[in-house]
Amino acid sequence: MQTTSEENLSLEEDLQADLPIKRQLFSYGMTSIALLLTALAILPLFSILFSILQQGLPQLSWQTFTTLPSPTGSVGEPDGFGNAIIGTAVMVGIASLISIPIGVMTAIFLAEFSQGSAIASFVRFVVTILSGVPSIVVGVFAYGVIVLTTKEFSALAGSFALAVVMLPIVVLSTESALLLVPMAQKLASAGLGASRFQTTFKVVLASALPGIMTGILLAIARAAGETAPLIFTALFSNSWFDNLLSPTSSLSVLIYNYISSGFVEKYNMAWTAALVLLGLIMLLNLSARLLTRKKL
Amino acid sequence: MPYSDPDDSVAVYPDAPAAMRVTNLSFSYGTRLVLEGVTMPIAQKHVTAIIGPSGCGKSTFIKSLNRIGELETQVQVKGKVEFFGQDIYSPKVNINRLRRQIGMVFQKPNPFTMSIYDNVAYGVRVSESLPKRALDEMVESALVGAALWDEVKDYLSKSALGLSGGQQQRLCIARALAIKPKVLLMDEPCSALDPIATSKIEELIHSLRSELTIAIVTHNMQQAARISDYTAFFSTDESRIGQMVEFGTTTQIFKGAIDGRTQDYVEGRFG
Repeated sequence: MQTTSEENLSLEEDLQADLPIKRQLFSYGMTSIALLLTALAILPLFSILFSILQQGLPQLSWQTFTTLPSPTGSVGEPDGFGNAIIGTAVMVGIASLISIPIGVMTAIFLAEFSQGSAIASFVRFVVTILSGVPSIVVGVFAYGVIVLTTKEFSALAGSFALAVVMLPIVVLSTESALLLVPMAQKLASAGLGASRFQTTFKVVLASALPGIMTGILLAIARAAGETAPLIFTALFSNSWFDNLLSPTSSLSVLIYNYISSGFVEKYNMAWTAALVLLGLIMLLNLSARLLTRKKL
Repeated sequence: MPYSDPDDSVAVYPDAPAAMRVTNLSFSYGTRLVLEGVTMPIAQKHVTAIIGPSGCGKSTFIKSLNRIGELETQVQVKGKVEFFGQDIYSPKVNINRLRRQIGMVFQKPNPFTMSIYDNVAYGVRVSESLPKRALDEMVESALVGAALWDEVKDYLSKSALGLSGGQQQRLCIARALAIKPKVLLMDEPCSALDPIATSKIEELIHSLRSELTIAIVTHNMQQAARISDYTAFFSTDESRIGQMVEFGTTTQIFKGAIDGRTQDYVEGRFG
């Protein structure tokens, strides 16, 4: 094919000629396969979103956020789950306060200060294992450590369990964000007489902040959706959040309870709770990105 | 004859006292010896160029002069590097204080992801907290010193990453000047720049030489000939270990080199 084109075509015709049919077919074929598989991959995502919107929106009202769950089987009473929203926010908030500082500092140690020491590889190994532990096991652990000690199902125990779930996500994502900061930046800082500590906190952390934020948001989203670690730590409650040492409701456990309750109003309400959970996580994500968006 | 005895410098360059004096310096990355037996002075308030083919250890050498090389890899150093008589590899030396005295400009411009002002103020801020007024003055004088003030004075709060490559490199020089080092090391500062930006940096070096001791690595021989007072030629031996072949005034090295390898290199017959 190539030889004939060289012999018979002028340069202009040669430059404008189509590729050989086999290469064209291959190119189109691969493009369509890639498109098809992409569509397959996002299909479940969109169908979940669609179901949640379709089944959750009809029950959504202001009362959803402001009232307590109505007694099961009651008709015409306002129904909501404000207590579960607050419970989730409180527990995820406390879990973040525990896991983010510890996780970020651990990552700084791993990426900047340990320089491939045996301790660092051991810590990284343990964190990786921890990230693979099923969340229900984390729940049992928190039950053993906090619930059995305080003899009370509590928001504190739930927060502790969620913190353990979040910790490895924060550590691993922060470490990889820190490792992406170019050596040239660290050298520039050291060349100006900055200590390792100053370099890490003034230059490296600032550069890595968007990456670290992504990791933290992933961890928060994961914690907010976790059910298993909360079932036997925070348990559930039908009243407003009261103190850290009493059983507390959460959106995820509420969804779990309502889906398996067998009452159609509660079943529908579970979809609304899923919608609210999704919306809250998206809102958090957006605002965190706006806040940490690179000013320079 | 290659320059070997540090005391010779007194005879050859009676007018230039050394800011730094390197004696029999050997340098290894892990177990690999990359530089062996370097002995040379860095003359005070003069420009010393370090030239040589790729892989001859000239970058390694300049990075050993403010101990920045040890940040990147495990290194072993033998021999002596004196900075106004003080051994910089002595365990008593505070490495951060050392690097404030011996500044560095790197091969690729590496401004921080901060504003132009913050870049220049960084070095000052890590060591002392000055009132805003004093800091403003230091930033301005450093930018003036690096011949960048007129171009950036209205954009001090803009990101340094918005500057052109040549401006970024002059910003890096301003950043180094802001902490008033005694010696400025430059590791091929123009290799990533176009000819116009390069000539600006060369002019800048020319204007700084009366105040500052400068050591510059360059693979551009014309540049070395234009800007330096002294030149050291580095090369590798048969076992690919870097060494200093010859040191002399720039005129000596370019017009009347003693060693055949230096003559070949400066006349373009090699490398």
